[in-house]
Amino acid sequence: MNRATIEWDRHFAALADEIIGKRQAGEEILCSLSAEQSDFIRFNAAKVRQIGSVQQGHLTLRLISGERHAYSTLTVSGSMAQDLADVAQTLLTLRASLLDTGADPHLLFDQSSWQRTTFRTGRVPQAEALVRTVGECAKGLDFVGFYAGGTIIEGFASSTGSRGWYQVSNFNFSWSLYDANGRAIKTSYAGDDWDDAVFARKVDEAARRLEYFTQTPKVLTRGSYRTYFAPAAMQELIGLIGYEGFSAREHATARSPLYKLNSGTQNFDPRISLSEDLDLGLTPAFNEDGYLRESVSLIEQGRGIGQLTSARSAREYGLRPNGANAAEMTTSLSMTGGALPEAEVLAALGTGLYVGNLWYLNVSDRTQCRLTGMTRFATFWVEDGQIRSPVDAMRFDDSLYRLLGSEVEHLTDTPELLLEDSTWGQRRTGGMKLPGMVVRSFELTL
Amino acid sequence: MLDKLKRFAASFSSEAHFWSIRLVDEATQDHEVRNDVVQPFRTSRDYGAMVTAHSDGGAGYAATSDVSVAGLQAALDLATARARASAGYSLIDFAKVPVIPGRGEYTSPGMAIELPSRAGWLELLARECAGAAISERIVERAASVQITHSDHAYLSSDGAQIEQHFRFILPNMRVTGHAEGDTQVRSLAGYGALQQGGLEILTRLKFDGSGRRLADDVLRLLAAPNCPTGVRDLLLMPDQMMLQIHESIGHPLELDRILGDERNFAGWSFVTPEMFGNYRYGSDLLNITFDPAAEGEAASYAFDDDGTRAEKQHLIRHGMLERPLGGALSQARAGMSGVANSRSSSWNRAPIDRMANLNLEPGTSSMAQMIGGIEHGILMSSNVSWSIDDRRNKFQFGCEFGQLIEHGQLTEIVKNPNYRGISASFWRSLAAVGDASTCGTYGTPFCGKGEPMQVVRVGHASPACVFKDIEVFGGGI
Repeated sequence: MNRATIEWDRHFAALADEIIGKRQAGEEILCSLSAEQSDFIRFNAAKVRQIGSVQQGHLTLRLISGERHAYSTLTVSGSMAQDLADVAQTLLTLRASLLDTGADPHLLFDQSSWQRTTFRTGRVPQAEALVRTVGECAKGLDFVGFYAGGTIIEGFASSTGSRGWYQVSNFNFSWSLYDANGRAIKTSYAGDDWDDAVFARKVDEAARRLEYFTQTPKVLTRGSYRTYFAPAAMQELIGLIGYEGFSAREHATARSPLYKLNSGTQNFDPRISLSEDLDLGLTPAFNEDGYLRESVSLIEQGRGIGQLTSARSAREYGLRPNGANAAEMTTSLSMTGGALPEAEVLAALGTGLYVGNLWYLNVSDRTQCRLTGMTRFATFWVEDGQIRSPVDAMRFDDSLYRLLGSEVEHLTDTPELLLEDSTWGQRRTGGMKLPGMVVRSFELTL
Repeated sequence: MLDKLKRFAASFSSEAHFWSIRLVDEATQDHEVRNDVVQPFRTSRDYGAMVTAHSDGGAGYAATSDVSVAGLQAALDLATARARASAGYSLIDFAKVPVIPGRGEYTSPGMAIELPSRAGWLELLARECAGAAISERIVERAASVQITHSDHAYLSSDGAQIEQHFRFILPNMRVTGHAEGDTQVRSLAGYGALQQGGLEILTRLKFDGSGRRLADDVLRLLAAPNCPTGVRDLLLMPDQMMLQIHESIGHPLELDRILGDERNFAGWSFVTPEMFGNYRYGSDLLNITFDPAAEGEAASYAFDDDGTRAEKQHLIRHGMLERPLGGALSQARAGMSGVANSRSSSWNRAPIDRMANLNLEPGTSSMAQMIGGIEHGILMSSNVSWSIDDRRNKFQFGCEFGQLIEHGQLTEIVKNPNYRGISASFWRSLAAVGDASTCGTYGTPFCGKGEPMQVVRVGHASPACVFKDIEVFGGGI
């Protein structure tokens, strides 16, 4: 069974009208909603470890009076009477807090009026049926996985007349198949049109790839290795710099790991071009400051040419806001592909390391954009264009100025779309579109 | 809160053979002054409930932000339906899992003592922020405090009745300097200063004067050489020991991880069930405790989120591995004793095995004795970078601040100090454990794990410690 679904679009529209109707002279109000109705199922040993459902909504109100402002976030239940009572109390608290708040020299919000709506229904599996499907498809396998699916919602309304709505129904199912020696292949199936047959085929394909693990593992020592990074591994490398590397604020305070790139004292290989690409359609086209988001070219032909600028940074540093979120993190990164067909990856690599996944990356030297992390899951030793043996998890410590610079040899020709699977607090929107990459050397340290 | 739950529960109808409700009401305030500019006031209130039901041997949960009687009944019905859907496919036969209903309450220390007003906090933060403005090379100064009141109630069909009230304080001061293409950062403890209580936390952390002190450090680091590469004895201060304990003892000992639940995301463990009782995890000097009763530590509580009463336990005694970090459910699965650590990040996530307060017990060495006993070494403090493999073995950690030790004396300051090692051998190189005078208590709200993902608060208290012959290195390409 499913619980009665809250019609969040109608609820938010009515709630926002009521909230904005309560503003007083000289006040502006911005309202941002994040909500979800999600099913979560964890599997271990092809059986259900945890199964449940989460229904939640969080509303952030920003009250602005002249150059003073404050934020308050509250949980909303979907019941109009309850939520109106909570909102009324929140507004009182916000208004009181402005009394002892000084002018904020960095206050900025969009005062235009716009309307944007994205509403995508999808076909997601019923939890009861999915449990049975996994039980059948994963029989006999050491299947460890996580299904997250349902509806994700982001809404915005302002007293200046803007209204934004982003509602999508989709799923993201990732699983790992382990062999008897504790080595694993990780696979995912994400989208908005679930098909039992596609899932069964993906499980079967992954199970067949476990055969690669039957060979004796290749023992690597520290040193430099010719390497291919699959798109899922690229997602970890590029994703890490997406946190702070393109932030206007982090650049202005010299904290960005790409400070040298953005300052023009370092370049990447001319084949490297990256953009925050709203055309991927993976995220809302608006932010909580009321701005419509823009696609932003970040790196073009190896040179840092753009940054994500929030409203606050724009006012502080005299820049133009481009719809970035407050954290100035990428949400929808797209990297230009190269010329190498995927079918020729192993031949192009020749002899070296095939890295399917990376894990637990962190910056080890911010100034030099040096990153450390581990190989994980499908990582193999390749000789003469053939996968020869698995490789146990190895630590690397290498600079992105090398990996995306002097060491780039090939980029694959068809970048792969990798949907965001984060569930910190709530299922997230977004993703990346990335090619695979062959590099001349990759520094392993432990 | 508990009374409200009892009233609601009186009207529930359910065919589940067991149900529980966990209500969480959490209010947070953020105050910050950055580069002498007061940042906008932010508050939040997160309020909701998780209902769990066991039926036909399966278990299901439903979390809802609708905490009306009707909303909770709907959640109970959905949780029961999910439990039934998993029956026959469940990894665990929940009909056979023993439940010991806890009853009681907990309150953070000092809750009755009022905290400063916003104006009071801002005055304090502004003073530290201004104190760091000592050079044009200081490019960012940020002083902040986050105050969280978190109220929890737990009620179950078999009689559990628990109410817990927490007050968390998370102060931070961060100073960034930049000169000649290099950037250096010093902070009070990163986001590792979380504790329960009141203003005494800031006193313990020496918050007063931290702006100037950290800015001085930044300027010294900007002028310092890179940490040298080589093998040295390593003196880790408590604010880095926190991370070392967390990553290479805490996570590997989580019993659900050992049982394989986390293999698709957070990872497995190099520790196996057979190792408890006979595995030498570290030198004789290593004593690790799970201590939910430590006053004021970030993850002190009386009951975990499955309603089990929490008590102090040794996990590692004189270097020997004794007990995992596993709650009642994991203990039943594994057939071994554990601790009360089944915890969730909030009402919208189901409990799993987590660290709580995981502490390294003090030894007998003074700081002077530890430094004096090092011929060729380095002191490192304040974590800035961390990475470890999915079995929690091969790690690399970096610190904000390093200072060389030669012939028993602290000498040159070095920047970008890093070290790497392997958990299974690192703790066996523990050569000295500081006495109580060297101890520090830290905590973070950002311990991540689980599917769906959860961040929970954890605490780590430790003395300074010395490790022999560790591979250290600095920055640069």
